[in-house]
Amino acid sequence: MTLRHHCLRTLALLAVMLLVGGCAMGPTREDPFEPMNRVSYRIHTTIDTAVVKPVAQAYVELTPKPIRQAVTNFFGNIDDMFSFVNDVLQGKPDKAGHDLGRVITNTGFGLLGLIDIASDAGIPKGGEDFGQTFGVWGIDQGPYLFIPLFGPTTVRDGSGWLIRGYATPIAHINDAPTRDFLLGLNLLDLRASALQTESLVNQAALDPYTFIRRAYLQRRRYLVYDGQPPPEKEEEE
Amino acid sequence: MSTTPLRVGVVALCAALLALVALPAFAQEAPDALVKRVSQEALDIIKTDARVKAGDKAHIRELIKAKIAPHFDMQRMTALAVGRAWRQATPEQKQRLSDEFESLLIRTYSNALDQYRDQQLDYKPLRVQPDSNEVTVRTEVVRPGQQPVSIDYSMEKTPAGWKAYDVIVGGVSLVTNYRDEFAQQVSQGGIDSLIKALAAKNAAPTQ
Repeated sequence: MTLRHHCLRTLALLAVMLLVGGCAMGPTREDPFEPMNRVSYRIHTTIDTAVVKPVAQAYVELTPKPIRQAVTNFFGNIDDMFSFVNDVLQGKPDKAGHDLGRVITNTGFGLLGLIDIASDAGIPKGGEDFGQTFGVWGIDQGPYLFIPLFGPTTVRDGSGWLIRGYATPIAHINDAPTRDFLLGLNLLDLRASALQTESLVNQAALDPYTFIRRAYLQRRRYLVYDGQPPPEKEEEE
Repeated sequence: MSTTPLRVGVVALCAALLALVALPAFAQEAPDALVKRVSQEALDIIKTDARVKAGDKAHIRELIKAKIAPHFDMQRMTALAVGRAWRQATPEQKQRLSDEFESLLIRTYSNALDQYRDQQLDYKPLRVQPDSNEVTVRTEVVRPGQQPVSIDYSMEKTPAGWKAYDVIVGGVSLVTNYRDEFAQQVSQGGIDSLIKALAAKNAAPTQ
């Protein structure tokens, strides 16, 4: 089968899955596309091991910590902007106040976000995103997806990231080289921050694919419920 | 100067007596106090022990097994991770499963220890009925410029003091996170195949 064929089939599957929504039942209710996702996972790890991870490791080794921290802060400031939007969409005025305060402080007085003065001042990060907002609104997470070079997500969370991808100020920079450099740096920063977690997963897991899926879904559920998730149905004893 | 050996003996005796007196006190130690004491001990070891600092993996594993593992109820943790199939396991299989699972957790977290070197832990006040047999002790790792990560311990009262049966890091349960993997392994080849997979994982060189 050609790659084109494969893509078409994937698209068809995605269409069906969006129509069917959360109706799929059975043991793989959360991950109805497991075979496809596992292929994606293998493609992902192959590219990652060969290219992305070594680049991220070199970045960590060659770049002084204060510079990497400034990079993390800069993109964290953009996260805070989106967190503010999502605080508002979720009707959380306290968090919205904090996140707006952070953005104003760090953009205005922290060199466009390179220095995180707001954290030093004790203003907490909200950490909300569109996927969480959809969850708070009662939208089902939908099928689990593993996307090469992006990682674990769900239809709901992935849709949130698509919105963000279009809305992020970086995407609207007119100078193409600057824009692409910043987008690349953003990804590099994210990948570098995941290096430690990744080595933990490889040490802990019998089957990293399953381990990552369970951890991702648990984590997202916890975030949607703001750290107070109701107990899941017990299967013990 | 001549009294030095004697003085050492007296000090040792006093220490031994103190330990005897302290033991029952530890057995009744409140769950949050226990978590705080053990976490603090672990952080002190990371900061001061020369062999830990040098990255001596075997030594780190021994320390975790001696100082931290006794505060966990491995049987219950393994039962939770294995899920439905636990009931069908023979006592011998249960023992082997719990031994291998313990080794896996110790190996994993001995490798992760490095990441906790400069962490600051916050302990949340315990909300619990005085006669309760189950509590959740909540702590938080504070990281500058990032969101804090919660670490919650699910604990139960046993005759040997409070013991943890789950650790939930940032909403991810270390125990139930294994449930899908273990169920998958059991459905493919039964409980013995899960034991074998765990043993193979533990025999593999780290990193």
